[in-house]
Amino acid sequence: MEKLISEFSLGLFFWQTLIFVGLIFLLKKYAWKPILSAVNEREASIKDALEAAKEARSEMESLQSDNQRILKEARAQKEALLKEARTIRSEMINTAKVEAQSEANKILSQAQEAIQNEKRTAVNELKDHVSSIALDIATKVLQNELESKDKQMQLVSKLLQNSDMK
Amino acid sequence: MEIPVIVGAGLAVIGVGIGIGRIGGSAMEAIGRQPDAYGKIQTAMLIAAALVEGFGFAALFAV
Amino acid sequence: MRIQIRAHFALPIALLFMPFLIQAKDSKPSGDLKTEIKEYIFHHLEDAYDFSLFSYTKDNGDHKYIGMPLPVILWDNGLQIFSSSKLQHGEGVAQVGSNFYKLDHGKIFKTNALGVINLDAGKQVTNEAPLDFSVTKGVFSMLLIAFLMFFLFNRLAKSYLKNGGVPTGIGRFFEPIIIYLRDEIAKPNIGERKYRSYMSFLLTVFFFIWFLNMLGLTPLGVNVTGNIAVTFGLAITTFIITNLTGTKDYWLHIFDPLGGSMKWYSKIFLYIILIPIEILGIFIKPFSLLIRLYANMQAGHIVIMSLIGLMFIFKSWIGSSLSFGLTFAIAIIELLVAFLQAYIFTMLSALYFGFAAQEHESH
Repeated sequence: MEKLISEFSLGLFFWQTLIFVGLIFLLKKYAWKPILSAVNEREASIKDALEAAKEARSEMESLQSDNQRILKEARAQKEALLKEARTIRSEMINTAKVEAQSEANKILSQAQEAIQNEKRTAVNELKDHVSSIALDIATKVLQNELESKDKQMQLVSKLLQNSDMK
Repeated sequence: MEIPVIVGAGLAVIGVGIGIGRIGGSAMEAIGRQPDAYGKIQTAMLIAAALVEGFGFAALFAV
Repeated sequence: MRIQIRAHFALPIALLFMPFLIQAKDSKPSGDLKTEIKEYIFHHLEDAYDFSLFSYTKDNGDHKYIGMPLPVILWDNGLQIFSSSKLQHGEGVAQVGSNFYKLDHGKIFKTNALGVINLDAGKQVTNEAPLDFSVTKGVFSMLLIAFLMFFLFNRLAKSYLKNGGVPTGIGRFFEPIIIYLRDEIAKPNIGERKYRSYMSFLLTVFFFIWFLNMLGLTPLGVNVTGNIAVTFGLAITTFIITNLTGTKDYWLHIFDPLGGSMKWYSKIFLYIILIPIEILGIFIKPFSLLIRLYANMQAGHIVIMSLIGLMFIFKSWIGSSLSFGLTFAIAIIELLVAFLQAYIFTMLSALYFGFAAQEHESH
């Protein structure tokens, strides 16, 4: 211990403290602060970059899932559209069928009516014809019958006989 | 009989040697068990060894 | 260890180390080789007034020193500044104005014109010693390292601006260390919220100690961090920062460690023992810091130089090659220790700051 104390040099201690403390302040200003801030800055920028990359990745993922969703929706929409088209088509066909049927029916009934009418007029005409013919015939028959006086007398007598004068 | 002071210092150094040896050995074991904690174990080992070493110096300079 | 110094980096350093130290020097040739080597080693460990690269003794007994003199600054009833070459490595008397100074065992004393050093009964020098603020070898090395650090890290800071936040050149080596200190030392020990204000100190102290330790391993071999005054200066800075930034909880922890867990009358007897221990702890913490760094670096230098000295003692090829191998191995370990001591000093400083900055978490 005595050796240590005797070895102690005040001058060296003085200079050491002076140089060391001076060095701390000089280096603080001209080296450590810029170095540490640069290192921190770099680390922060690396961290930021990593975070940005992570964000971009998650964004991409969400984008991808969005795409997927949109694709799915589109597919579903297509499906729905197709289905709708199909139903519309079948509906159209159905209605067309029904309409055609009814039209056909209508035409048929009109035709039948027309036929009926024609038939009726034809029958009427025929009736007229037949009656006129019958009248003609009857007239001719009558004329033949009533040509002689005898025959007229006979007839009158017969009618008179039948009428029973009472 | 008077025992020279240097003998005491020697004894102290033996003690310190054993102590630091044990610290180092335990640290090696710990590293063997947990290689991942290498840095932390090393730091703790150095601190402990430095503290023990201080006693050795105290004994040596007391001579 | 996160930072690994490659072996091929250590090899040239270890090799360069040797030739300079082989030039064993002794100002007073005394005794055998062993004492000479020992004296040389202890001379090397001390601070010096000139920056000598190596020295040798001529055949006629004269000492030749290769190096450069440094300014000697003394306060002796007024400022006295002169070159250390005047001291002649303790072999002569320096005359400055009307004062005479002589170097004796690494210290400057005021003497008369003849340079007489008076010793008392306990072999202590009784001459007057002026206040010494000389720019010694250690101070010079610290200035060198300070300039190097300023140059290095200022350039690193500027390279960020030029390169869009990416360091270039040697900065690529230092930037991970800076980040490591921030993430592994400052943040876990001090806490996410407060670590920023301590970063300047921690970074500076780490690189300062590390570079000085490494400088001690170069062929220059200056033993700066193995000097008690330097480590004292470093530790006292930690001490002052710790206690200046101490929060209310920190002081409460020292003067009322048990808190509300006990009644005051039962605490008071414990506190008669506990409080002095806690107060002592405030001083022991930085003291252990300064002693640890000092002893490790001192011991490293002693071991390396003793092993090199073995070469001259064995004087056989077996001993010399063995000594070379050992020195080489130790030099590599010393490279690790140079880093480790800087790391531990920084780590423990951060730990103490963490105690000081604590705010009601755990005791």
